[in-house]
Amino acid sequence: MALPPFQTLLDSYGRDVQRFLIANIGPVDADDCWQETWLSALHAYPSLKDASNLRAWVFTIAHRKLIDHARARGRRAIPVAEAVELASAEPATATALPDAQLWSSVAGLPDKQRTAVTLRFLIDSSYREIAVVMETSEEAARRNVHEALKRLRKELNR
Amino acid sequence: MNETDDLKRRLLQAGGRLAAEAPDLAAAAAAAGMLDVAYATIDSPLGSLLLASTDQGLVRVAYLEFADRDAVLESLAERVSPRMLEAPRRLDEPRRALDEYFAGRLRKFDLPLDRRLMGDFMRRVLSATTTIPYGSVSTYGAVALKAGSPRGYRAAGNALGSNPMPIVIPCHRVLHADGGIGGYTGGLERKRTLLELESTQPQPPG
Repeated sequence: MALPPFQTLLDSYGRDVQRFLIANIGPVDADDCWQETWLSALHAYPSLKDASNLRAWVFTIAHRKLIDHARARGRRAIPVAEAVELASAEPATATALPDAQLWSSVAGLPDKQRTAVTLRFLIDSSYREIAVVMETSEEAARRNVHEALKRLRKELNR
Repeated sequence: MNETDDLKRRLLQAGGRLAAEAPDLAAAAAAAGMLDVAYATIDSPLGSLLLASTDQGLVRVAYLEFADRDAVLESLAERVSPRMLEAPRRLDEPRRALDEYFAGRLRKFDLPLDRRLMGDFMRRVLSATTTIPYGSVSTYGAVALKAGSPRGYRAAGNALGSNPMPIVIPCHRVLHADGGIGGYTGGLERKRTLLELESTQPQPPG
């Protein structure tokens, strides 16, 4: 199968990758991570053998960048404090506050749970896709989403 | 589990409010030497044009009201490289040259060209075509002769018909020997418009 022009991947998934990264590490670091993700993708693209699931392929790269980012920080991925600022800078003031609260709770989740739950509900990934992206089992993907929701529910209803 | 459904909805909606726009990749990709094909869409008196270039120069010009944009891009991905990004600033030079041409101020394109989409015969035919001066016309037969195939006027016609850089390589200046307008990769109306544009301009001094 011929590979489509790279721009079509960027048009299709560029914003989704950005949202996924912001929700995981905040808007400031997300910009660098976004660029690294897409440069890595661009680098590997011509030799890509299987072009049947380009979305999962791009998100797999984005997820690896998140892991690199967390390692570089020498601890768990940094909370989404900046996302809170971003959310409250949005013009929709009525929704700004609930977003801020939500993102700080999401930031408090363990890495795997946060990745899984953002893939599931921000990107609308299936459990199958989450498993591919996180290089884990579908069962583990389900469990991580379930645990994340449980924790968020508890946190937000406190 | 109503409150979980509510939570899912909140995540979905809050997620939608993140990141209005993805950052620009083209500059970083070019700096890393990984932008093999840059392209842009520009407006012209002949409708939208797609311009594409490589590090060697302009590689493609296509009339978007005549050729299917996706098909042109897919063909470039296959024949040049799939590492393609829309990067208008990287097409500034040909865009300016075309603007000048359409304004009647530019008579000869002096742009670096990447001829990789042309086979040997097409290269010869198109370089013969490039020597036809602004405001003049030639014939398929004369171009074939100059390309080294005196009897290949039909093949020359085909090569001109698949000129990957119309306007810049002036295949519109080639007509039938009997004065008939022949064919054109952007449709005959565009060919007439280009010939008219060139004939209504004052002749160059000397």
